Amino acid sequence: MSKRILVATFSLALLATNALAGGHCAADKTLTQGKFTIATGNPAYFPWVLDDAPESGQGFEAAVAYAVAKEMGFTEQDVVWVRSSFDEAIQPGVKNFDVNMQQYSITAERDQVVDFSVPYYTAPMAVLVGASATDTKPTIAALKSLKWGAVGSTTAVQKIASIIQPTNDPLLYGDNADVNAAISANQIDGAMFDLPTALFLSAVMIEGSKVIGQFPAASSDNADQFGMLMEEGNPLKACVDEALTAMINSGTLASIEAQWLQDTTGVPLIK
Amino acid sequence: MTRRERYEQKQRLKSLIIAAASTICVVAALVIIVPMTPGWEKVQKSFFNGEVLAKTFPKLLDAFMVNVMIFAWSAPAIAILGLLIALARDAKSPALFPLRIFGAAFTDVFRGVPVILTVYLIGFGIPGLGLPRPWNSPFIWGSLALVLTYSAYVAEIFRAGIDSVHPSQRAAALSLGLSERQVMRDVVLPQAIRNVVPSQMNMLIALQKDVSLLSFIGPVEIFRQAGVFKSLFANFTPYVGAAIIFLIVTIPATRYADYLMARQMRERS
Repeated sequence: MSKRILVATFSLALLATNALAGGHCAADKTLTQGKFTIATGNPAYFPWVLDDAPESGQGFEAAVAYAVAKEMGFTEQDVVWVRSSFDEAIQPGVKNFDVNMQQYSITAERDQVVDFSVPYYTAPMAVLVGASATDTKPTIAALKSLKWGAVGSTTAVQKIASIIQPTNDPLLYGDNADVNAAISANQIDGAMFDLPTALFLSAVMIEGSKVIGQFPAASSDNADQFGMLMEEGNPLKACVDEALTAMINSGTLASIEAQWLQDTTGVPLIK
Repeated sequence: MTRRERYEQKQRLKSLIIAAASTICVVAALVIIVPMTPGWEKVQKSFFNGEVLAKTFPKLLDAFMVNVMIFAWSAPAIAILGLLIALARDAKSPALFPLRIFGAAFTDVFRGVPVILTVYLIGFGIPGLGLPRPWNSPFIWGSLALVLTYSAYVAEIFRAGIDSVHPSQRAAALSLGLSERQVMRDVVLPQAIRNVVPSQMNMLIALQKDVSLLSFIGPVEIFRQAGVFKSLFANFTPYVGAAIIFLIVTIPATRYADYLMARQMRERS
């Protein structure tokens, strides 16, 4: 009799531990026990993070971060934000974040050095032109003759070279602000960004500029997918992927996207 | 061979052996101990990746041609402007006092401001005023920023060279009936310039590296190209490749400057 009770208690206990482990996929896998450390850019840009304050959960990436954390069993208080540059994210050695979220495009080359989660956003690439070139037609042929610029660390550089193949060599810059300056100084006609960034820059930052076209996000060689970056071999990847997949299936991710990224259907497709 | 010569030969041999042994020890320690550190494999993969180097090196060489080009037109402009500023600061006539003030202000401002700020301010600022293409090119205005900054340094070196020519030579030349202008051109400057050649070589080497700062305003020179590859491959090896290219140029230049300096020391002693 007592033996049966013992067995029952034991199996119940086992069940309970299992349940706990299932709920805390990330247990013992994060940098700090019970905390989920997320890195973002310095500064973090609109519309990914609003007012450079990811703690508020305002902005697409900030909102996704909190949703993923919740899905993984962390509370809002468990989320810790740190800042990092691209270089800090790819340097060898110990990282100061569990995941790094700042519009990192997933590429095969990068994937050899770091790990990426499943994509949380597929960004169409878009063309932003300065005031002097706003009547450029959204066709590859018309875009070839523009003087191009881009941020040197983004996948836009490769896209300009492979898709547009401009007649003049593009000029490359360190960040969005410098591209703005070059467009304002009329040193370049246009620049390539992901669509949300391009729309923001056009609406808020560069007077007279216009987003004249976007490349269809779905077409295979254009797909620019953002993933959360993790240290190579990080065991947390399985948990993050699981959480993101659950959010994709439940429609949570889509609704966050609808809330924070404006409707992009008004921008014509480039032929 | 005298006893003394034998002794000295023995001493030389001894110091040679000690130098060789200590060098071997240091190199061996580096070669053996560094790879034993736990993170070496990762560091090697991200900084010394042969595959990435092979893929990126030819493009880096191409991009280096942009550096060479910017260097080639900036260096003569710097030499000329630097010399003019030095002469302006040396102007003796009271009527030319504004020129002296200008020279002093110029060197104060451009030596004091970080190069990168000058590059931004002139490279984006002046074209922003509304110049038409191609006159708003970052190549033109970025180069001008380098020229302004470097001529401030170079002018100071020239001025030191001019001061190094003893005043008695000026006095002697003037007493022979040469005009102020002739004294400067035919007596002072030839000696002054020769005296500062080694120091100016160092400025050339520094300029050669600072050309890369133009990458901030658009030109895709070697540093930017390496940065693009770094982002593409998520690997720092392209920077190492760029460093190798820089070293191939700067090491001979540095040795040459050392040689000139040593020769000058010998001549003076």
